[in-house]
Amino acid sequence: MGHGPGYVEADEDMSNPLGLKAKLGLDVFKHDKEPHITIKAGMAGDQRLKKAIIVCPAGLYSENAQGEVELTIDGCLECGTCLLACGSEVLGWQYPNGGAGVQFRFG
Amino acid sequence: MSQASTFDVIVVGAGLAGLAAAYTMAREGLEVLVLERGEYPGSKNVTGGRLYLNPIRDMFPDLWAKAPLERHIAHEEVCLLDTEGAVTVRYDGAELGTQPYQSYSILRAKFDKWLGKQAERQGAMIVTKSRVDEVLFENGAVVGMRAGGEELRTNVVIAADGVLSFIAEKAGLREPFKAHDFAVGLKEIIELPRETLEARFNLQGDEGVARLYMGDVTKGKFGGGFLYTNKESISLGIVAGIEALNEAPSTIAASQMLEEFKLRPEVARLIAGGETAEYSAHVIPEGGLHAFGKFFGSGILVAGDAAGFSMNIGVTVRGMEYALASGYLAAQAVIRAKQKEDYSAAALSEYERLLKESFVMKDFENFKDSLHALENPRLFTYYPRLAGDVMRDLYEIPAGPKARIFPTIRKYFSVGELWGMGRDMWRLMKI
Repeated sequence: MGHGPGYVEADEDMSNPLGLKAKLGLDVFKHDKEPHITIKAGMAGDQRLKKAIIVCPAGLYSENAQGEVELTIDGCLECGTCLLACGSEVLGWQYPNGGAGVQFRFG
Repeated sequence: MSQASTFDVIVVGAGLAGLAAAYTMAREGLEVLVLERGEYPGSKNVTGGRLYLNPIRDMFPDLWAKAPLERHIAHEEVCLLDTEGAVTVRYDGAELGTQPYQSYSILRAKFDKWLGKQAERQGAMIVTKSRVDEVLFENGAVVGMRAGGEELRTNVVIAADGVLSFIAEKAGLREPFKAHDFAVGLKEIIELPRETLEARFNLQGDEGVARLYMGDVTKGKFGGGFLYTNKESISLGIVAGIEALNEAPSTIAASQMLEEFKLRPEVARLIAGGETAEYSAHVIPEGGLHAFGKFFGSGILVAGDAAGFSMNIGVTVRGMEYALASGYLAAQAVIRAKQKEDYSAAALSEYERLLKESFVMKDFENFKDSLHALENPRLFTYYPRLAGDVMRDLYEIPAGPKARIFPTIRKYFSVGELWGMGRDMWRLMKI
């Protein structure tokens, strides 16, 4: 199986976030016309969101210089962990549109 | 656009619960529509995985001979992982290697797609790429749903839409989630040539191995690691409590936990040369009996993960049998409801009665305190360390004379330590 450019052997440098990106690059994703998870307006600085940085298996949440949490939706595995950890007061969460998002080939 | 009630029942979700229900109802001649948001059944579904057949074999007698299962699990292993070193116990019971086999490793994208075909063959209609957006009510009863801008009406809905079950939520059947009741599983499929895999794990033919890891995997937090051999790949992953991940002593990202697990020499040698083909993650309901919502309402039933039917009792983590069984039992309730032309909550309560009669609710009743019993940090730090220490002292031959074994080992079992172990044991006896 071929790897895309930027592929980094995960065990060469375990702290390299590219390892995770490369792993997500192995999955099949179908484009969605809108992000299915959003940080609710005015909530980016909410402490509850910080939990998502730790729990998200795809590492899609990060903290910016202002101490606010940012979300990149590409690579979302639709597991629901962020919703359970942070709650629906801070996250708008629905599944991607029909046919969009991750399509597991093994599962 | 409104549509007449051409379907007896709409099933939301083509996972194991939904497809088991669809298959069973279509077989009885009901008009069944299954709505699945993925490209194909299984495309959104993840397991660790292994499926135990005994509890559900007779519910689907015609399915198993041709089912695309991976390997029958003939070897059960538990590995206590300390920071340095590991103690592994392997069980090779004769019954594990004798037909009919107790359990199989399984890949959901393959299996669910196949099960979908079986349901279609019985006459069920599966519409993929269809996300349900709204539940339609009339006089307090569920009468259909809106999916892709279209209104679909029906007599009864089976919500088999997975652990987050927005359908059950919209129907007012469950309380808001508590993170404490859920774990997250992260998994890689690592491909290895069949011969390499069989030689490496000492497997004959289609035999497979299941190995659970406890201890350093989750850095002392609630959870563990797992490894299952498939035909030509390994399912390797970790499970961790969602709340525990953000608790002291350490906060390490879940994805990093999996990477460090893979780097453990005990694990690295098993996956060496393998190529990761897929990375997946999924939430697992683990709250059990204490976390259940309602299983039925007027015009609606809830099955599988959507109903919270998954259970962690330490050495076994199960969900798929409960999904298949609850789908089957929901189907039975709907079949009876159709005979009486009565889809009220009272009529559909038959589902709960069937669940209570079956292994499903009996298991959840029996193991209602198991999650609490397992949430003991000592199980994930103290005992793996103790096992390693005892083994090291037993096997070590120093340059000088070796100390007598009993006095050496006894230091681990002082009155204070034994008292602590007794308390842990007392707690575990609730499982």
